[in-house]
Amino acid sequence: MFGVSNERIDVEQLREEIKNPGSGGVCVFEGWVRNQNEGRTVKRLEYEVYEPLAILEGEKVIAEAMQQFPFLEANCVHRSGLLEIGDCAVWVGVSSPHRDEAFKACRFIIDEIKSRLPIWKKEHYVDGDSGWVNCERCANV
Amino acid sequence: MKIITVRYFAMFREYAGLAEETLELDAATALDVFKLTQNRHGSTEPTGHCKVAINDEMADWSSTISDGDTVLLFPPVAGG
Repeated sequence: MFGVSNERIDVEQLREEIKNPGSGGVCVFEGWVRNQNEGRTVKRLEYEVYEPLAILEGEKVIAEAMQQFPFLEANCVHRSGLLEIGDCAVWVGVSSPHRDEAFKACRFIIDEIKSRLPIWKKEHYVDGDSGWVNCERCANV
Repeated sequence: MKIITVRYFAMFREYAGLAEETLELDAATALDVFKLTQNRHGSTEPTGHCKVAINDEMADWSSTISDGDTVLLFPPVAGG
């Protein structure tokens, strides 16, 4: 299932939840806050999430992944609020009988989450400036 | 003219200086609402990477607007 959290993501708990006697493995992707982006030094990040639609669309993404790459269990949680360097911003885990479906479904879920959900990222830089990611680039298209 | 509630997110909220406003607009489609509010707030973001929802359902720029609708304007998303 898909969720949004304003607090630190409990990765152990999410991993436990997708254990299944029929699963032969789990594929996990953790997105972390890094200290650099496009040549600028990042101090922290801020995620704004419109939860009602993010949750609906997130559930839809997981259902689409299940159709294309049948797996047994999946969990995905995205953070909202203020995050520091190294914090986990998004967690995706897929367990399945064989690894191929788990890898493919995990990749599909993170790619679709990034491009479809109403989530916005504001970077705060060490020089005191800040900016919304993607917006300036799109303005120049 | 229709009474439309418009909700702004992230960069759009900062351009507008508010999160939500109710306006009387001569708008037939979601694109009309986008353009009219852009003129109002001086935003220049193209629709290309933006998204729109009407009454909490994802919609298209060509979607028809009805009196009393709430239109949500989403700037380019950046999850993950």
